[in-house]
Amino acid sequence: MKRVYVNEQWCLGCHLCEYNCAFANSGESDMVKALKGKPIRPRIRVEGDDRITYAVSCRHCLDPLCIRSCISGALHRENGVVCIDHDKCVGCLTCVLVCPYGAVQAGPDGAAMKCELCLHNASGEPACAAGCPNRAIVYEEREEAKG
Amino acid sequence: MKKYLIIGGSIAGVSCVEGIRSRDEEGEITLVTAEPFSNYGRPLISYYLEGKTDIPRMSWRGEDFYEKNRVDVRHAVTAEKLEPEAKRVILSTGEALPYDELCLCLGSHPFSPRFEGLETVENRFFFTTLSDALALEKTVTKASRVLIVGAGFIGLKCAEGLRDRAGSVTVCDLAERAMSANLDADCAPILEKHLAENGLRLMLGDTVTRFEGQTAHMKSGKDVGFDVLVIAIGTRPNVSLLAEAGGSVGKGILVGEGMETSLPGVWAAGDCTESMDVSAGAPGLLAVLPNASLQGFCAGANMAGGSEKFDKGIKMNSIGFFGLHIMSAGTYTEPVYTELTDTGCKKLFAKDGVLTGFILLGDTARAGIYTSLIRERTPLASIDFEAVKREPSLVPFGRDYRAKKLGGAV
Repeated sequence: MKRVYVNEQWCLGCHLCEYNCAFANSGESDMVKALKGKPIRPRIRVEGDDRITYAVSCRHCLDPLCIRSCISGALHRENGVVCIDHDKCVGCLTCVLVCPYGAVQAGPDGAAMKCELCLHNASGEPACAAGCPNRAIVYEEREEAKG
Repeated sequence: MKKYLIIGGSIAGVSCVEGIRSRDEEGEITLVTAEPFSNYGRPLISYYLEGKTDIPRMSWRGEDFYEKNRVDVRHAVTAEKLEPEAKRVILSTGEALPYDELCLCLGSHPFSPRFEGLETVENRFFFTTLSDALALEKTVTKASRVLIVGAGFIGLKCAEGLRDRAGSVTVCDLAERAMSANLDADCAPILEKHLAENGLRLMLGDTVTRFEGQTAHMKSGKDVGFDVLVIAIGTRPNVSLLAEAGGSVGKGILVGEGMETSLPGVWAAGDCTESMDVSAGAPGLLAVLPNASLQGFCAGANMAGGSEKFDKGIKMNSIGFFGLHIMSAGTYTEPVYTELTDTGCKKLFAKDGVLTGFILLGDTARAGIYTSLIRERTPLASIDFEAVKREPSLVPFGRDYRAKKLGGAV
């Protein structure tokens, strides 16, 4: 399946992916209205130190620990994409406890929140990759070698 | 065609079905469960009382799970006897079910010491099943004074779930601190203060010596009046079915890395088992939902001829009380990092060059990076541990690790 992949040597650390992610998941059609003056809650995060930067978002693991560990069954797969059923989630954050990449977080209402590859929002494909100026983030098919 | 038999319909049993079906679409699966309800996560019962979920939403893998996976499921039935030579299990209905591969997902039962006068208490409950939660829901009113014995996970989650339904909620525990199995003396007071601010009455270092109707006589000499009693002292693995059949049992059913028991063709998973805790380097009871799920899947896949391993087991918990999140994992060996404020704490423990445990209270963001270090037994010398201590991120893992994890399917 297609996933979001990161080429860290090309990341400029511009944080545009975070803004595009927050906007795509805001439900608003106007970026200014969605983001201006508000704390943004992106599902992708740029991290790094004084030498390198790169973006981290859900890996949509082949054998996701979060789905196995979810106490409510809210986390599930849709055609390989790891998704959260917001109505089932009780906000226990066991998914945050087990994700090895730190890619799941508590959302504004306490329920867990993570990248769902923009499949459930108006963007239709990952807004982070589409808007990355240096193609440091790409959305593509890569070989799935388990382990 | 193989005949699979699963005893237990909670998370381990359901995950065992998933494990079997990951390799064998054809085999006949029969699942026997004492539960009248379809599959649900037991830890949800306090969220049910709190109104954060309801019975339809509590279904872990959906109401159609058994049908979709072609499982012959028997609800409200128990297994009475295992006959390993004949390879069959006798049920409470009298029926004898034959098997080629059997998985015991027997769970645990609430433990209660012998309190004098307990039989004089009319409204007494445990708090481990949905049936318990429904019974409490029926009994507790805005006028009820609830007394909970046990300030561990189960007791405190029950207290949180009942706070808005009851007149008052008191929680007592013989231990000097709340959640004594998970929190140390630095972290526990923060939780205790938060619980008190949210209306719970805590009586720590004190417990009931004798019940007399609606009065609990305490060790301290105090008397506590109550209308509803919940015993939440702890649970014990259900082992008798296997033990009586001659299988090896310690504190729980002893299993190897593939979840095999000492009896051929008999596997076990979930809270009934005792398995290797990699953070302690010794077997232990790892009775939490994520492990039940991982073990169940592993057992199921192996019953169907696979070679899966459950070899990264640790205790781990994520829980919140009135908005304060607490995560803990592994074994508390030697403290290597402490951050303590009025409203939160962070403690990391390490031994022999690997992280073995942590406690996070308040800020729990990206805790999974620590959990992963424990489960994978990552040598701390191979990463910039000083940086990870302060903030969990992937920076200290280096470029190669990131290229593999962020640049490939994992």
